[in-house]
Amino acid sequence: MEMLFALCVGVLTTCGVFMILRSRTFPVVIGLTLLGYAVNLFLFSTGRLSINSAAIIGSTTEYADPLPQALVLTAIVIGFAMTAFVVILAMRGRGDLGNDHVDGRIPEHSSLSDKERK
Amino acid sequence: MSLFWIPLLPALGVLAPIFSDRFGRTSCAFATAAAPALALLMLLFKAPAVFRGETLIASVEWVPALGMQLSFRLDGLAFLFALLILGIGLLIILYARYYLSSKDSMGKFYAYLMLFMTAMLGIVLSNNLIQLWMFWEMTSISSFLLISFWHNKTEGRKGARMALTVTGAGGLALLAGLILIGKIVGSYDLEVVLQNGDLIRNSSLYPVALGLVLLGAFTKSAQFPFHFWLPHAMAAPTPVSAYLHSATMVKAGIFLMARFYPALAGTELWVIVVTLTGLATLLLGAYTALFKHDLKGLLAYSTISHLGLITLLLGMGTELAAIAGIFHIINHATFKASLFMAAGIIDHETGTRDMRRLNGLWKFMPHTATLAMVAAASMAGVPLLNGFLSKEMFFAETLLQHTLGSLSWMIPVLATLAAIFSVAYSLRFIHDVFFNGEPIDLPKTPHEPPRYMKVPIEILVGLCLLVGIFPAFIVGGLLHSASYAVLGGEVPYYSLSIWHGFNLALVMSIVAMFLGVVIYHNRRKLFKFQSQFPETDAKLVFERLIQCMVRGSVRIQQFFENGSLQRYLFLLFMMVAVFSAKPMLQLINTAGDRPELPLNGIAITLAVILIFSAVATVIWHRQRYISLLTLSVVGLVVSVAFAYFSAPDLALTQLSVEVVTVILLMLALFFLPQQTPKESSPSRVARDLGIAALIGGVFATLNYAIMTRSGISISDFFIDNSKPGGGGTNAVNVILVDFRGFDTFGEILVLGIAALGIFKLINRMKVSMPSGDIKGRNWTKDSHPMILRTVSQSLLPLALLVSAYIFLRGHNMPGGGFIAGLITAVAIILQYIAHGVDWIKPRLKINYQWAIAIGVLISAVTGVGSWLFDRPFLTSWFDYFHLPWIGEFELASAIAFDLGVYITVVAATLLILANLGKLTTTHRPTVEEKR
Repeated sequence: MEMLFALCVGVLTTCGVFMILRSRTFPVVIGLTLLGYAVNLFLFSTGRLSINSAAIIGSTTEYADPLPQALVLTAIVIGFAMTAFVVILAMRGRGDLGNDHVDGRIPEHSSLSDKERK
Repeated sequence: MSLFWIPLLPALGVLAPIFSDRFGRTSCAFATAAAPALALLMLLFKAPAVFRGETLIASVEWVPALGMQLSFRLDGLAFLFALLILGIGLLIILYARYYLSSKDSMGKFYAYLMLFMTAMLGIVLSNNLIQLWMFWEMTSISSFLLISFWHNKTEGRKGARMALTVTGAGGLALLAGLILIGKIVGSYDLEVVLQNGDLIRNSSLYPVALGLVLLGAFTKSAQFPFHFWLPHAMAAPTPVSAYLHSATMVKAGIFLMARFYPALAGTELWVIVVTLTGLATLLLGAYTALFKHDLKGLLAYSTISHLGLITLLLGMGTELAAIAGIFHIINHATFKASLFMAAGIIDHETGTRDMRRLNGLWKFMPHTATLAMVAAASMAGVPLLNGFLSKEMFFAETLLQHTLGSLSWMIPVLATLAAIFSVAYSLRFIHDVFFNGEPIDLPKTPHEPPRYMKVPIEILVGLCLLVGIFPAFIVGGLLHSASYAVLGGEVPYYSLSIWHGFNLALVMSIVAMFLGVVIYHNRRKLFKFQSQFPETDAKLVFERLIQCMVRGSVRIQQFFENGSLQRYLFLLFMMVAVFSAKPMLQLINTAGDRPELPLNGIAITLAVILIFSAVATVIWHRQRYISLLTLSVVGLVVSVAFAYFSAPDLALTQLSVEVVTVILLMLALFFLPQQTPKESSPSRVARDLGIAALIGGVFATLNYAIMTRSGISISDFFIDNSKPGGGGTNAVNVILVDFRGFDTFGEILVLGIAALGIFKLINRMKVSMPSGDIKGRNWTKDSHPMILRTVSQSLLPLALLVSAYIFLRGHNMPGGGFIAGLITAVAIILQYIAHGVDWIKPRLKINYQWAIAIGVLISAVTGVGSWLFDRPFLTSWFDYFHLPWIGEFELASAIAFDLGVYITVVAATLLILANLGKLTTTHRPTVEEKR
């Protein structure tokens, strides 16, 4: 099970990093979200995996580690705030600069036609 | 304590010229002179104690935590230098009064001068290495200001910049050297350092420390190969040249060598390096000086040569040589300062310093000419003048040393050679300027300068004569106490008299005199010979070097910072890969010994869904809606995974965040292009895939390695204390609102700030909205479908009830403020979607900015409340009560904190989404904007 979990984290990380390296804002936002999933799962798993042992006192005999869960819980909410900020920034950038390239301008060596540049 | 006043008075004196400038030039000069005059007086009162061999020390705590003191010490060497700095400084103030024209800002000039004087006094009086260095840098800066005083002249600016660069770089080397010495000795106290000479010399760091300190000294004292800055610093006004570049600043390097003589000198390394540098500088300076047609240029190279002579003497390592060196410091300061001042007068009264035009000035200014001739004769080493005495001692010492083994005979020969040129250029200074026919085409008709402009020169020339005739009487005590301080103990016998009998040193002097005259007589042939060599301008070479460095830095900077986010991220990810992969290479067994959980079908299915949808997101990322849909599948599987692995709180949070995130991204996508153009080249895609896969692989391995190992965690504390200490059975929630409540407080603050930032960004945003989808189909006319409206309206109370329930049970069961807040936000957003902003506006009058503030405030007040009970911030309280009908129930202060969290989360989420949603309605254009 652990290996499967690690595989998922690896795939999410790979996809996230690849998307963050794209040149348009929306894929970068998607990449950040993917990387966010990976990081949250990773942090969560530092408390080790366990089944049917939620950290509700009195419900079981063995408890899952509650500390990473508490940290990841706030991380999820903050992650949403950050995604929102970046995506609004991307919109603002497109509105003010006229394109959605991450640098605010289309590189000159780009082979795009004028129509595609928008 | 009065020792503090000696550097402090000139420091206060910086203000005097600034305020007295308006009262006329003479009052300004007098006001400026008051502080150094007083300081000089105080110094002289200390003379008896210093001459008895005492070392006066005064110190106060400066940075006690670092063991730093502001500490001054006055011994023979410091006394000698302080006397030169203050005495010549006063003469320069008088001289500058007449030198500066009415166009120059006298107040500014004197203020810089006093600043420099303070810095110099600070160097020579410091008893702490770091403090010494601080004043050292201050001289570099104040001399920069002085050299560039005529800042409208290019050569002034360039010369000042060069001097600052060279001496400043040397200063950094010196700092490193001083820190090394401090490390070796264990103290930055000069007193301690000087007593631990053997410890320093035997240390393995000694060569490095010595090299760095000497680098500082050589750059400051214009020693070969750093001598080139001094001639260019001659662009300064002449009083500055006379003060800085003959008597004081360039002597700071010499002072440094003399100061650390007991601690650093005496080794073979010291002897070789210092002697050879001094010898090279001596020869180069003396030779070049003869060919300079500029009066100040000649003096500049002569100064370089004399500084080399003193360095050579300090390097030879014998006690008598060191004494001769100190003696020459005094003598050189007196005759060179007066020569510079004479050159300044000539420049001032004739308008040129070119010796090819200056001829026969004797007729016009006999008084000045007499003074200049006496000083120049002292420079040449003519008997009955002070220059002769120290030069004689120098010759005697060169004969006694064995520095170069069997080649040691070269040093007296080369010293004589340098002395020959010294005689020749001194003769040129006298003969070319004051005799040698008539002046050629002078800008002004020369005449004697104002009476008092000559006084400083008269005093200095008088000293040259007095020291030359009655050496023991005039400077005996001063020289003895300074030598005592440099040698760090008893001073050997030396004789300060004019006649030592007919010996080899005298023969060298006579030879130098005779051949010097011969060379000067044949100067035209030499000039012709010299003109065959292409003249290199040190300024051009220096500027070219600086520009090379600037260009190099720009190129490096532009490589890393070319404005491309993709490049920054690529470099960042490369660093992540390198730094995280390196420790992984040392991990031998990936899997640890913790038993793994068994696999099952459901888990495999979910994992396959997750992997497929993640990969699909990447593959279809150019079709943005499709990638958003697959992304939401990933989010769903992640929340299921949390639920499966015993984290119900996380699962609930992830699920509700997933909903808001997807709504947010769909809204955003309405304003952004629907498709991503194909932009990356295949090689770029391959490169990015490579780095992404590398990082993914490293992280997966790391994750696996962690999960298969048992570790000791602090979480047992939270499990054990959740119920008895926090009053809740849901350990995750108790951590959030109680154990680590301060963290949570910070998180909701961040959330609130992000929401406000977004609000600001949305405000007046220029957006273009498509009138239809990508295929050109128009949006539906029915924007608020009936079914959705009905269902959402009936769902609202239910959703609110659920969120209230989740909020209230959060302390004991999965739930809490974060989750309840997100559920409430989703319920309200659904109303926005179903009914539109116009419908909601009159029905829900909440100012979300205020709500965020109130939420944060409630949490803060709950935290502060514990102060009333003398408990730390955010200490929680709980108790159990019994009510009839309802039964046993619990009240905890944490629920108030959680309420703040709840309100902040609701308000922040709605502030973001509702404002973004409003964009679609209020400014909706009918046709797409043309760009």
